[in-house]
Amino acid sequence: MGAQLRAVRARIRAVKSIGKITRAQELIASSRIIRAQQRMRAAEPYARELTQAVEAVVSRSSSISHPMVTEPEAHASAAVLILTSDSGFCGAYNANVLRESARLRQRNDENGTATTTYVAGSKGIGWHRFRDIPVEREWSGFSSQPTYADAEKVATALLDAFSGEGEGEGEGEGGGAGGSAGGGAGGLTKVDEIYLVSTEFVSMLTQRPAVTRLLPLEIAEAPESERPGGPLPSYEFEPSTDDVLDALLPQYVASRIYYAMLEAAASELAARRRAMKAATDNANDLLDRLTREANNARQAEITQEISEIVGGSNALAEANAGSE
Amino acid sequence: MTLHVEVLMPDRSLWSGEAGLVIAKTLDGDIGVQAGHSPVFGILSPGSLVRIREVPGDDNPGDVVRLAVRDGFLSVTDDRVSVLASSGQLSGEVDVAEARADLESATTDAGSSAAAEESPEVRYARARLRAVGEQA
Repeated sequence: MGAQLRAVRARIRAVKSIGKITRAQELIASSRIIRAQQRMRAAEPYARELTQAVEAVVSRSSSISHPMVTEPEAHASAAVLILTSDSGFCGAYNANVLRESARLRQRNDENGTATTTYVAGSKGIGWHRFRDIPVEREWSGFSSQPTYADAEKVATALLDAFSGEGEGEGEGEGGGAGGSAGGGAGGLTKVDEIYLVSTEFVSMLTQRPAVTRLLPLEIAEAPESERPGGPLPSYEFEPSTDDVLDALLPQYVASRIYYAMLEAAASELAARRRAMKAATDNANDLLDRLTREANNARQAEITQEISEIVGGSNALAEANAGSE
Repeated sequence: MTLHVEVLMPDRSLWSGEAGLVIAKTLDGDIGVQAGHSPVFGILSPGSLVRIREVPGDDNPGDVVRLAVRDGFLSVTDDRVSVLASSGQLSGEVDVAEARADLESATTDAGSSAAAEESPEVRYARARLRAVGEQA
């Protein structure tokens, strides 16, 4: 076997095994995405009820002065929670989210707002570490299958930072040095706003990176009759609106984060499915081309052998003819 | 006239169906909800029991569903009742041995007996035992 043929066959073997891996990844993502969508649907009623209740409390009493509802006087520092994936193989999914978060950071810098970063997902953690951007807290290990307990953990850390209470655990590299302005000595940076950068699951084909402000709540002053879900119920609150709001808002934040995590997980899987499908298709195309190349090489070898034999026998015949 | 009741957890719906009466305990005290109740949104008392009955009244056939709630809210609107439990267990899911063990450890953790009465962990463990009709 000729050297060229051997080289092409080795490449064919390599491309074939890569194609097998990407095909397997594609199938895994396809099967998981259905479960991820089911989880999104299952979480929807609770999130909807809580949102409705929060809207009802806030719209009913105009005199609410809860820090989680009123616009902060100073935008000294903002916490940004970035949801990325733990594993790669998902196209531009993480790059899109991280680009959006970098844009938000830049906007904050321009406004003189210090950004404290909270990252979920090892890809995002690695991205920040590589660029030496300090991270206040980081979590990983649940990006494709988040549980409510994971969301609660994240929500607690953010709410502690918002209220300025709790222990500054600072597991991340940067410790509590995330915000240069307003950072207490060794304590936790008190933040005025909490942003969430994640990916919205629009459809199997479209996922959009999005920035939302979790706290303080942005209250849309839409007329009652124009609300999509019909008018808000005229609740009576027990024991009081303030108490209900106090209890409701942390749950609301946790539920929002949980739902965002589920959406991010579904988006991650959809992005992975698409990227892996493209990779498998490319591998198959490459395989076709390489097979043709290998056939050519083999045919060339055979042709060469034949012409060598023919040439050899001709030379022999001529030599014999000359001697007679 | 019946109520449409939904028991919701953050990650799933635990139970939904028609019922005649929902009995719950909010921070203000016990509340019984029948069809035609005015809209209410209340904080459920930590570690309390929510009971859902087919027919109003104390008579049999008794509770259709009993739910122990660690933390949660009760929302009543137009004959729709939603029990929002950030953590809770239906009576069918309660592991009696586990609940007993939790009760033991929570009581020890609380220290004094007065603190134990206040501890949500103790109350939640008790609510779970009561949900399955055990002594607590």
